[in-house]
Amino acid sequence: MKTVFKRTPSLKDTQTHYCPGCGHGLAHRLLAEAIDELGIHDRTIGIAPVGCAVLAYDYLDVDMIEVAHGRAPAVATGMKRTNPDKIIFSYQGDGDLAAIGTAEIIHAAHRAEQITVIFINNAVFGMTGGQMAPTTLLGQVTTTTPQGRQSNGQGFPLQISELLAILPGAIYVERCSVYNPAQISNTKKAIKHAFELQMNGAKGLSLVEVLSPCPTYWHMSPARSMEWIEKEMTKVFPLGKLKDIA
Amino acid sequence: MCGNEALSEAAIIAGLDAYFGYPITPQNEITAYMSRRMPEQGKVFVQSESELAAINMVFGASATGKRSMTTSSSPGISLMQEGISYLAGAELPAVVVNVMRGGPGLGNISPSQGDYFQATRGGGHGDYKTIVIAPSSVQELADSMSRAFDLADIYRMTVLILADGILGQMMEPVVLDKKPKPPLPAKDWALTGAKQRPQNIVRSLWLKDGALEKLNYKLQEKYRQVQKNETRCEQYMVDDADIVIVAYGIVARIAISAVNKARQEGIKAGLIRPITLWPFPTEQIDKASEELRIFLVVEMSCGQMVDDVKLAIAGKSPVVFHGRPGGGVPSVDEILEKIRQLTVRNSV
Ligand code: SF4
Repeated sequence: MKTVFKRTPSLKDTQTHYCPGCGHGLAHRLLAEAIDELGIHDRTIGIAPVGCAVLAYDYLDVDMIEVAHGRAPAVATGMKRTNPDKIIFSYQGDGDLAAIGTAEIIHAAHRAEQITVIFINNAVFGMTGGQMAPTTLLGQVTTTTPQGRQSNGQGFPLQISELLAILPGAIYVERCSVYNPAQISNTKKAIKHAFELQMNGAKGLSLVEVLSPCPTYWHMSPARSMEWIEKEMTKVFPLGKLKDIA
Repeated sequence: MCGNEALSEAAIIAGLDAYFGYPITPQNEITAYMSRRMPEQGKVFVQSESELAAINMVFGASATGKRSMTTSSSPGISLMQEGISYLAGAELPAVVVNVMRGGPGLGNISPSQGDYFQATRGGGHGDYKTIVIAPSSVQELADSMSRAFDLADIYRMTVLILADGILGQMMEPVVLDKKPKPPLPAKDWALTGAKQRPQNIVRSLWLKDGALEKLNYKLQEKYRQVQKNETRCEQYMVDDADIVIVAYGIVARIAISAVNKARQEGIKAGLIRPITLWPFPTEQIDKASEELRIFLVVEMSCGQMVDDVKLAIAGKSPVVFHGRPGGGVPSVDEILEKIRQLTVRNSV
């Protein structure tokens, strides 16, 4: 029998704690495949966020650290500056990166840190029980926007990738998704490209935003969640390259 | 050299790989010095966007096994407490210097010892300690640096150097020597890439039943070892003293002059100077209090270390406090007058 699909070595053979239909498992696989295909397993150090993916090191089989909420880009700075030969990535959710860690991500990009950021945007705080995130869509119901998010008082969805892309220190920013196979393979391509820039010593930060489903706190089926990303989320967060110096 | 520059050069001699810092008075000489000297040495200097970021850069560099440090002054150290707690939870070595200034709030840039509680009680959330060293001269400040890095590596914990604005700015001659390093444990826990070994993980989250309790007991056992092996204090003319001043840092320098003047007047005064504030020299003070004598605690605060002195003495001898908060510095004459009052009252 021919093997057509097998688990990549940097992904552990274990069950995840993620909800059914969650995008994290998929993103982990793409990340692990990218690491293995590029042959950088032995020199990669990953940073897990505070959020649903806090236990990412239980699933990704590379050296990893878990850090305070939002501080990953600062931790990555400390790692990369002292270990320029290592490949450093942070894996951050929207609460982590676009709320509490806004200063850290902006300044890491501003300083042109040579790190790679995987930014999982699911428009909600997952781990703490489905509260509003800066990326929550207008009208979206969360536990802290029971009437749906109103721009008046709760602000508009924060397009942080667009913000980052204007900084000279950000050399590659792309928004991808995982709502269909074509998007999934494009996301992997983007992650690989981001790593390649770092491997080649490109002078700046690379970031891949992934629009990712949270069926649990969107109160939708996994299939409906994928549809919602395609129909609703991409209207506010359009897919595509926001910047690529390569 | 001023204290701030001396400690910087001493840190470089001690093998500092990376310095991360954010400007704040009265310790700006350190960031300026490091920005020049670290690149000269082929080492890392980053001016961070905040103290929050600086301590997390230390966290990252330290997790890969590199020697790194940050420095700040009181308000900045408050911001670093989150990171210091995570360093404790993850058992990472780090060196942090606090050149204390007056508080609370923005306070002022005058010297102070108002951060004693914060420094000696862990400072951030959770059950943890940091080793706290309080030098009282520029030479001692410089000498503390290599010791701080070694202790941090040996015990995998944060070592805090507690200085103040006077010590940081004071110019004194100083000899900077490369000291032989004690044998240090291998950093086999460091994140260096999982090459021909299983993955290393640095973490402070422990969700499984009982796992966090276990970690806490392990930390406490480590802290007991530190208390046993690393407590330091200096005693000056304590043996026959009727009155013993307890003071640390720059205040101890002032207090020694007051002790000498008192002796000239025939008053038997002495001084105990805790060098490590945590672990606190509880035993040494307890022992000194076995004979009935007055203890006068002098601090540049409204009274913080005095609590530890009282705990050590446990009611065996009277403890009196004299303090100046918010940038006030006690003078030799002020302390001498206090000594006179207390000893006169006592002999009546
Ligand atoms: S709460 Fe949402 S993001 Fe978190 S694991 Fe469940 S589906 Fe995934």
